[in-house]
Formats: sequence, C-alpha cells, structure tokens
Amino acid sequence: MIDQSIYSLQGDLRLKLIEMYHSANAGHIACSLSCIDLMIGALIHHKKEEDSFILSKGHAAASLYVCLNHTGEISNEELKTFYKNGTKLPAHPAANKFTGIPFALGSLGHGFPIAAGIAKANQLKKNTAYSYVLMSDGETNEGTTWEAAHFAVMHKLDNLIVLIDKNGLQGFGHTKDILGDTASEEKWQTLGFEVLSINGHDLEQIINGIDKLKKSKNSKPKVIIGNTVKGKGVSFMENEMKWHYLPLDPGLYQQAVNDIRKQYRA
Amino acid sequence: MRKAFSNIISKVAKDDKVIFITGDLGFSAFENIQESMKNRFINTGVAEQNMIGVAAGLAHKGYKVFCYSIAPFITYRCLEQIRIDVCFHKLPVFVVGNGGGYGYGIMGATHHSIEDIACMSSMPGMTCYIPSFVEDVETSVLEILESGTPAYLRLGLGKKSPIQQTKPECINTVSSSPEAKITVLALGPIINNIIAAMETEGYKEKVNLFSAVKLPFDNLNAPFLQSIRNTKKLLVVEEHIARGGIAEHIALSLMNKNIHLDKFKSLHALGYPSGLYGDQNYHQAQSGLDTGNIQKTIKEWLTN
Repeated sequence: MIDQSIYSLQGDLRLKLIEMYHSANAGHIACSLSCIDLMIGALIHHKKEEDSFILSKGHAAASLYVCLNHTGEISNEELKTFYKNGTKLPAHPAANKFTGIPFALGSLGHGFPIAAGIAKANQLKKNTAYSYVLMSDGETNEGTTWEAAHFAVMHKLDNLIVLIDKNGLQGFGHTKDILGDTASEEKWQTLGFEVLSINGHDLEQIINGIDKLKKSKNSKPKVIIGNTVKGKGVSFMENEMKWHYLPLDPGLYQQAVNDIRKQYRA
Repeated sequence: MRKAFSNIISKVAKDDKVIFITGDLGFSAFENIQESMKNRFINTGVAEQNMIGVAAGLAHKGYKVFCYSIAPFITYRCLEQIRIDVCFHKLPVFVVGNGGGYGYGIMGATHHSIEDIACMSSMPGMTCYIPSFVEDVETSVLEILESGTPAYLRLGLGKKSPIQQTKPECINTVSSSPEAKITVLALGPIINNIIAAMETEGYKEKVNLFSAVKLPFDNLNAPFLQSIRNTKKLLVVEEHIARGGIAEHIALSLMNKNIHLDKFKSLHALGYPSGLYGDQNYHQAQSGLDTGNIQKTIKEWLTN
C-alpha cells in the first residue's frame, strides 16, 4: 500500500525547488523537475537506512537537497544557503558533508560504477541492502555506463537498481540527434538487465515498479527507464532545452508557482 | 618488483577486508593470489574508469582495495575517477601501476609513464610510493594499508637493496660519507644507474646518495637536509619528465626552507628526443639517465 500523503510531495517539493532556484538566480531547474518524482519514489519511499542512493546526474542536486530536507537530514536553514558563498549545498553535490550524500557527483558517468561497487560490496558481505543510482539519459552517452553495465551483469548484481531519467533532451540538443538513444530499452535488455519502462512522473508506477524489481531475485541487475518530461510541472519549461540553463525572473517565477499549484493542487 | 608485490599481497590478503582488482593484467604473476583470494580477487576487464569507480564503492562499504594495471593505463585513463571518486572522499583505494618510467621499453610510448608522478602527486590527499629497491615494495604496501588513505604505488624493475630497509621515508639514505661533495637524489630503480656510476669511478666517498620513496615531501629527513647544507650541490635523477617531477618538488621544498645551493641539476626523462624506440636502457640513455652520463655529471662537479 502506498501512503497517500506521498503524492502531495510531487507539488510541495516542486514548489520548494523553484523557490530555491529563484532565490539563487540559478539554472538546472528543468533537470531537477524531470527527476524529482523518481527521487520521491526511490529515495523517499523505498530507500532504507542500509541502502544507498547515488544521484549521478549531479546537476539536479537541488532535487536531492529538497528530498533530504524532507527526510530531515538538511534543515530549512541550511537549504537557504543553496548557491551562496560558504554553503555546503553547491550546484553539484559536495563530498563529505551529509550521510545522505555519500559521494560528490557532477561529472557525468561516475555514479553508476560507484553504485555497482557498493552493490558488489553488499553481495560479498551477503547483506540484503539495495544500491540505487539515478542517471540522466544524456549521461548514458558516457563510456563508463557500458563498462559498469557489463560489470553489473557479469557479477549478477540483482541488488543494483539503476533509474534513468529519460527526458530526451541533453546539454545541447535532443538525445536522438546527438548519439542516438543510449538509454533504449532494447540495449539494456540485450546487455542482460531486467528492464522496466514506466512513466517517470507516475508515482504509483515508480513505487510499484521498484517494488517489483526488488522482489525479483533472478541474478539480473535492474534498470527502470523513467520516461519523463524535462521541466515537468511548469508549462513553459516542459520539453524546452533552454530551461536546462536559465534562471527564473520574478514574473516567470510566479507563473511557475501558479502552474505547479494548479497541476498538483499544492 | 611485481613478484615482491604479489608476495606481500598474498600475505595481507588474509585480511578479508582486502580486495584486489586487476584491469585484466597479471598473467604468470597473480595466479596465486587469484586462487587464495577467491571472490575478493576481481578482474574488472579492460575498463579502468569503471575499475576505480567500483573500487570507490567497495571502499565506501569498508573494503581496502588495490587496483592494478600497467602504470599509464591506471593513472591517465581514469584520473578523474581517482580525483573525484577516491581522493575527494579519502577512500582506501590503492592504485598500483607497473612499469613506471620507460619500464615497458620496446612496448612503446603508449605503455610508458613518464608523467604519472606529476598527475598522481597533484591529487588531493594522495600519497605516492616509489620503491627504489625490491625490499621497498613490502614496506610501502604495509604502510599504505596502515594509512588507509588514497595511495599510488609505482612499480619498476628493481634490484636488491644495498642497505637495510626500514619504513619508507620521504627520502631514504642509501649511502653517505663524511667527505662527500655532492648530494644525489634519485626516484625509483634508476638509482641503480647511480650506484653503478659511483662504483665504477670510485666516487663513493664523494657522493651522498638518497632515494625519494614517498611524495609529497612533507617531511624531509635530517640526514638529507644535512647533506644539502654540507655539500651545497644537488643532482636529481628521475625517470619522469621535469614538469611535476621530484626535481621541481624538491626545489620548492628547499626554497620554502630558505636553503640555498651552489649547484642544482635535474636529469630527467626527455620524452622521445630522437623519435625512435628501444628498450628501457635505450630510452634512459636518450634522456641522459644512463650510468655514463651520470658519471660525467658527477665528474664535472667534482673538478669544478
């Protein structure tokens, strides 16, 4: 059973996110809106204390910060320091500051090998913890994705759950026009992963999907391909590459707030 | 040194927190440890970036992880993984590169590592261990394990040590004489060319010889500093390029300590000056790191 109160986080955390970005006058907003639902499902709903969660697409750090704010690890006061001089919360997660942020991430393609190493350690120790890693579809361009994927299959890491935020857009264009679809279901299936393709904004699909994969002890590493919309929840940002980078001016900020309130009844 | 390394790993691997990862290398050297370590011996294949990332994940969960490959492949190829995944988090991941310098000789430039110390010594919190002699390998591995912080171990073709080995210092004394006129500091097994130069010409009494075993030089030991002050002449010999090598490191350390020298010379790897290839001795000679050229330099300094 899914606790119904979790659905309200979809709106609440989005509002918190854009407020943070707005006061910081910072970009990467659409990247965070794209993966926040996957994070609510994996990090807030599913993750147990012994599990690990790695946000490999470090440019969505703000979504990690609001989730850890919700779980109580990052205070409201701390959250206000986002992007400011002297902060523990820079634009990409920093090392050695919070238990919930075990690794500094931001250079793409680092989180998957680390998560595979954690899963391997859990396997060696025969403990039942899960290792989660969230990547972006653009990030799967990185060669380490394919090194780590083969490693995970070879070592039968069925305690490893890879989440791909597949919004179809990357730094300077559509993924299909750059290197093609490096996050395609077929490729991951062929490699030997158990693949689940879902709507990456539907919390029920996310939570039940992870649940199903956790129970599947078939020696196959898992991947959830979350089909998402970059900028999800803010109409003028949706599927617009420029919102990978742009900050919000006061007028647009108000419009974004209204959009989120309307869509999520937040 | 690879045999000495394999021997000490087989001893320390009795600790079930020790993991050994190879990047698909170690034929006819690591079969024993592969057998004894069982599932703690992992061949991650020809994928060095993943190897370091996986090692960081394992170390995060409490393992102490050795990662082995040919020196250039395990340093340059995965430098960002070493910097971020390992060093930023001060994890016990120990990078072991075989064939430092021109060690892989006729295998060619792709297999040489003459910029590795510059890269690895600049990584935050990384300690570099460069054994000069076979015996240094065991003491270095034991200290690396005890420290539990990021380390780079550069292996080469070593000989037996002429002195009794102790714990690796930044700078170890190899030979010294009260009448010495010159201080010589060497990096790695190239020290054997200096020993040969000293023996052939009977220069033993004129030269104090030191080996740089550990970087950074945060603690220059007293006998070395005394020798520098007495002789005021320092010759540095290293199978590494000048930029980021130990000559630069030591020059900075001495200037910070306000120690002045009358003569300072760096003999170092020059890359591929003729554009041609050969064995390790050939490349050493091309860079003036051969016994003959070292003799010549010492002779010049003794006569002037």
